[in-house]
Amino acid sequence: MTEKYIMRSSAIAARVLGDEMMIMSATDSTFFILDQVATAIWQAAEGHTPLSEIVAKQICQEFDVSLETALRDAEQFVEELAGHGILLLSNQPIRCSAQRPEVR
Amino acid sequence: MSLLAEMNHKALKLGVPLSVHLDITYRCNERCVHCYLDHDDHGEMSTAEIKDVLNQLSEARVFFLTLSGGEVLMRRDFFEILEFSRRLLFNVKLKTNAGMIREPEARRIRELGVAEVQISVYSHRAAVHDAITKLPGSWKRTTDAIRFLRSQGLKVTIANVLMSANWYDYSGVVALAHELGVTYTVDPTITPKIDGDSSIVKLRIEGSELNQLFHDPNLVGDVQEFCAPPPPPGEDVMEGYPCSAGHTSCYISPYGDVFPCVQFPLPSGNVRKQRFLDIWQDSAQLRQVRSIRAKDLPTCSSCAHVGTCTRCPGLAYMEGNMLGPSTADCQKSFQRTGVPTANMVRGLPVPAMTPLVQIQPMWGTSAEAR
Repeated sequence: MTEKYIMRSSAIAARVLGDEMMIMSATDSTFFILDQVATAIWQAAEGHTPLSEIVAKQICQEFDVSLETALRDAEQFVEELAGHGILLLSNQPIRCSAQRPEVR
Repeated sequence: MSLLAEMNHKALKLGVPLSVHLDITYRCNERCVHCYLDHDDHGEMSTAEIKDVLNQLSEARVFFLTLSGGEVLMRRDFFEILEFSRRLLFNVKLKTNAGMIREPEARRIRELGVAEVQISVYSHRAAVHDAITKLPGSWKRTTDAIRFLRSQGLKVTIANVLMSANWYDYSGVVALAHELGVTYTVDPTITPKIDGDSSIVKLRIEGSELNQLFHDPNLVGDVQEFCAPPPPPGEDVMEGYPCSAGHTSCYISPYGDVFPCVQFPLPSGNVRKQRFLDIWQDSAQLRQVRSIRAKDLPTCSSCAHVGTCTRCPGLAYMEGNMLGPSTADCQKSFQRTGVPTANMVRGLPVPAMTPLVQIQPMWGTSAEAR
């Protein structure tokens, strides 16, 4: 299986609101609301941890979901966000000199 | 319910100021005849002060940030402020006359991920536009800037403020917007000056022109639906609040003053003296604004238009009573539907700053209005 690596784009607007996160793409103005699971994946998207590890360590341990289901959903989720320029997606770890902005 | 409406509802429940309009300067390179501002600098916030405010807004969970003025590019630190705002991940909208935007500025605005740039255009004719801005050559610079911004792929909206001097040109501006590939929005409301001077209100278009505007299918779409008489208000309407001012949005002036809205000059605190969140949560003025429901409005609660009127509490405040009618909006409701408002039927004395056109209530034509 090819690993996937994800990193938060800075070409977004984002804010935590209650237990959800609002994200708007600066590229195409698409607006998303991320639930708790999606927010956890988003916050962990630093570019160097494989998606499977994020799901196994952060999602499956915090939320009541099987690894297989969570990984399938996560892969679909990151593909969609990457399509709107909200996440950067690669088969290799992503290096970035600039610090990713903290989402408040 | 759209996702944005859902978030707005959630913000209201959580007491979060989802949108803030921040004027970073009142200085301007144009001198528009209808402008409500004093363009002298009476001590606007420094770069450091503005950055501190932006940090506070981010902590308060503000998502939509409008940077406006005056002319935002009159500040030498404008791009520093914009870059800082984007680093804090605000969704940034700029309001500008764009006269100082050339190719490099347009590129930088795109690189910084600005969501939208709103630009004032008064006419498709340079002479009419320049007569309003009192700056020769301003139309050319503004429309050139729109092309620069569009070539960068930025979302641009033309804001067409209508007054008697440019009323005839609105369809020309619609065509210009179409040609430039930008969104068009029209605003027929001239507001009194921020210091209370109402002399510029005489520039407002006449009632008959407002009527024509509301019945133009190119602007409103389905005229029959847009101009339909108001349905009887339900209980939810009477328990509702008039607009987002003070509920999920507010305004901050270049001097740090906080108001419910840019059109609602009710002093509610100053970020130079208090933390923004303390003002937002504890200001007696904002609490008062939030406490008002449609049922509490002495005249408007009995008006047929109560559920559909665009009543602006800020304009009502400037007319002397934030619980009272905003006569400019009474005009709009009447001209849109032909149904007189409760304020008109009551025959209240018309405040000096109201539109000069005297609407004759159509006595006997509306049972609801009696």
